[in-house]
Amino acid sequence: MTLTHANHVFRALADPTRRAIFEELTRQGEQTVHGLTRYAGVSQPAVSKHLTVLKRAKLVRHRREGRETHYRAQPDALAPMVDWLDHYGAFWRDRFDRLEALLERMD
Amino acid sequence: MSNPAETPRTLVVERVFPHPPEKLWRALTESPLLAQWMMNNDFEPTIGRKFQFRTDPKPNWNGVVDCEVLTVDPIQRLSYNWGIGGSEAGLQWVVEWTLTPAEGGTHVRMEQSGFSPEQRGNYYGANYGWQKMFDALDRVIGEVD
Repeated sequence: MTLTHANHVFRALADPTRRAIFEELTRQGEQTVHGLTRYAGVSQPAVSKHLTVLKRAKLVRHRREGRETHYRAQPDALAPMVDWLDHYGAFWRDRFDRLEALLERMD
Repeated sequence: MSNPAETPRTLVVERVFPHPPEKLWRALTESPLLAQWMMNNDFEPTIGRKFQFRTDPKPNWNGVVDCEVLTVDPIQRLSYNWGIGGSEAGLQWVVEWTLTPAEGGTHVRMEQSGFSPEQRGNYYGANYGWQKMFDALDRVIGEVD
């Protein structure tokens, strides 16, 4: 993963409203801005702004159909997060082992 | 904290060590000891202290972790920021250590959360299923004793 991409993903998902929008798209499949606005409980411009951030993180994709834009989730974009968990999970396990060894050596 | 099912989770690693809390605290806060199991560092247990962990450079990472001490609660709690890749484009975490006396030793809990303290208000206020994204964690944690 590149740091910049990972950073976009983490930033995008740090916001509870964006997280809710992303999860709604994951659960319900493709939706329009109108549909998402009804769900999110914030204004349509606010939803559009959140969608822009999610798009930059590649967490959602869009397609136009007539006057409506449809959005759908791209769960594959969560890969940096999974990488992070794998990486740090292994990292801390290893450090705990080393801590245990150090404690044995300490008097 | 509230019901764990509703509380967004972060990366948590826990273990009981057959050693007293005082000894764990030394291993966590004395720079030369810390270097023996974590990384080379210029840590000092003082709130606001900026320090670095340094290791060999890796692809996509220069091997430097930029930190700042947030909490020093002797023999109980220690936390610091954990930043990689510089403050602008980089990633920021908080690493928090909690020591609790346990039968035959000390329960050590390490929590690495992906949000800076000012973001935590939102974070803990949210009831959304952040947890779902961390499901992979159960696998990771499951391997820890």
